Amino acid sequence: MHYIPNILFAIVLIIGIGFFVKNVKKLARNIKLGRDVDVSDNKSQRWKNMTMIALGQSKMVRRPIAGFLHLVVYIGFIIINIEVLEIIIDGLFGTHRVFASIGSLYGVLIGAFEILAVLVFVSVTLFWIRRNIIKLKRFWKSEMTSWPKNDANYILYFEMVLMTLFLVMNATDIHFQDINSGNVISQFIAPWFSGLSDTTLHFIERGAWWVHIIGILVFLNYLYYSKHLHILLAFPNTYYGKLQPKGQMDNLEAVTKEVKMMMDPNVDPFAAPAEEAEGEVPSKFGASDVQDLSWVQLLNAYTCTECGRCTSECPANQTGKKLSPRKIMMDTRDRLEEVGKNIDANKGEFVEDGNQLLDNYIIREELWACTSCNACVEACPVSIDPLSIILEMRRYLVMEQSAAPVELNNMMTNIENNGAPWPYNQMDRLNWKNE
Amino acid sequence: MSELLKVPTMAEFMAQGKQPEVLFWVGCAGSFDDRAKKITKAFVKLLNKANVEFAVLGTEESCTGDPAKRAGNEFLFQMQAVTNIEVLNAYEVKKIVTACPHCFNTIKNEYPELGGNYEVMHHTQFLKTLLDEGRLTVEGGQFKGKRITFHDPCYLGRANNVYEAPRALIQKLEAELVEMKNCRRNGLCCGAGGAQMFKDAEKGDKEVNVERTEQALETKPEIIAAGCPFCNTMMTDGVKAKEKEADVAVMDIAELIANAQDL
Repeated sequence: MHYIPNILFAIVLIIGIGFFVKNVKKLARNIKLGRDVDVSDNKSQRWKNMTMIALGQSKMVRRPIAGFLHLVVYIGFIIINIEVLEIIIDGLFGTHRVFASIGSLYGVLIGAFEILAVLVFVSVTLFWIRRNIIKLKRFWKSEMTSWPKNDANYILYFEMVLMTLFLVMNATDIHFQDINSGNVISQFIAPWFSGLSDTTLHFIERGAWWVHIIGILVFLNYLYYSKHLHILLAFPNTYYGKLQPKGQMDNLEAVTKEVKMMMDPNVDPFAAPAEEAEGEVPSKFGASDVQDLSWVQLLNAYTCTECGRCTSECPANQTGKKLSPRKIMMDTRDRLEEVGKNIDANKGEFVEDGNQLLDNYIIREELWACTSCNACVEACPVSIDPLSIILEMRRYLVMEQSAAPVELNNMMTNIENNGAPWPYNQMDRLNWKNE
Repeated sequence: MSELLKVPTMAEFMAQGKQPEVLFWVGCAGSFDDRAKKITKAFVKLLNKANVEFAVLGTEESCTGDPAKRAGNEFLFQMQAVTNIEVLNAYEVKKIVTACPHCFNTIKNEYPELGGNYEVMHHTQFLKTLLDEGRLTVEGGQFKGKRITFHDPCYLGRANNVYEAPRALIQKLEAELVEMKNCRRNGLCCGAGGAQMFKDAEKGDKEVNVERTEQALETKPEIIAAGCPFCNTMMTDGVKAKEKEADVAVMDIAELIANAQDL
């Protein structure tokens, strides 16, 4: 009977981590639905980017208030997780505060955790106020209704509750309060429980302990369904982020082959087409659905935490157009999830569902409103590139569907015929010299 | 005036068996757009003044393909790119300067993979080099003490991290450089990029160029300086829309430098 809590704990832990592993596998499978792309270059620069941008939060702090508050929650999250390690060991082996054996350093550690817990609580409360009372514009755009709106608040509530449980757990731990080391905050909470019997206190302490660890496991499994996934994916995403100058857009290799062939006078125009190696040539140009995007773009979509910095910097969005770079990322993730569920429901094979990213999620009006100014890319604190998705979808519209706006078709016809976007003769190109 | 302009072509250089120091890539706007042609001429005057041995491709130049690529027509872009690269490589061009950030970005970043490897400079970078090397001198002249704000072209600034060269030139004019609330990497687009120049904007509650012009006017400038022919058009239209054309001029950096010297 003595081991029942330990066994119970082990079961809870295995279920919690097991579900998480299952979700991570699904996540990886979905991301791999994207086209392959070689990102094995420049490892040192990539590590540097990850260290600076994800670990060092260098782009978060460009907006000082949100950046600072986020830094507090981020540091708190990482450091307080040392406590989770102790909880797991205690839970599995029936010990109590196993790290206390390290002596006075333990008090310092727990003291730091307690202070951070309060700071996190305060920061999260301020986040909630910014979102729900001050109603910052970027949190109230049209794509931020229903689930995205609730998701953001659930995360904040979760963090508030977890921090409270941690402090209550310490405050009601009679032994810990007796040692009187490291209880920098909880000593002021302990009096709230004065007058309760030791048994009741122990009951509350155990309750807080259990709910705290179960809460953490639930939160861990909530990630996959939430924008909060960024706490994990920000790291690979900044690692795989674009290294070229922002203005450089990739040249489609399949097109290069065709163009080179057309320009090569030695190519026999009547030769039978060479056998194409499997997967060498894409089945289509550009992207109309998530499988046409690269896996890095899909990773981008899962990494997006919907902060809306991109959208608030977007010139099209600022002037009332339908385009919102954040929505491009959210739509990509939503559609990818839909495709993933479709695969799950059909024994690992995707069955045509009549939906696609283009038109069913992202409409053409959004795509054509983009000025390709890179403001969204610059603004993203975790190196997401919404512009690359917009460009891929334009490529599909133009090269597969010939569905560019009429004026752009005129522009392209002009380039084709006279080498300029306007209907001027190429032979007149130097006329300015004599005007 | 026009007979003063020396604009040799690559073909002429080749006929003499010579290589110019740099190729001036004029671009479509610089060749055909009435407003942009003035920028082209101002830049040529400066090149002439500094005795730079430059050449243009003239009728052998063609669109870089930038607007086609941003519109999604990769095929047309690469056709243009490969054709241009053939011409440039045939002339063994090593160094290119252009007054258009779109041409600059495309040739610098997207041509190398297709076989076109050149040192590419924006004209503000090139002019700054001329000044630094003492080949060109500039004094404030008519712009001394004037309030000038600089609009960062997206394809020069964010796209390629060139923020300082144009500002250094404005400061050389002894003008008062005033920054907009969104500048450098936070600069707001003029609304022309991504092939928007060639179409009407999608439905919204405002034009992007008006929004940007308002930001510029907040700095109470006498001159809005630009470094891109398309930004120039958009900002000029914006100033007109705000009925400020009597008070605020939109000028390219090359024009500022040339005018300061009464060229």
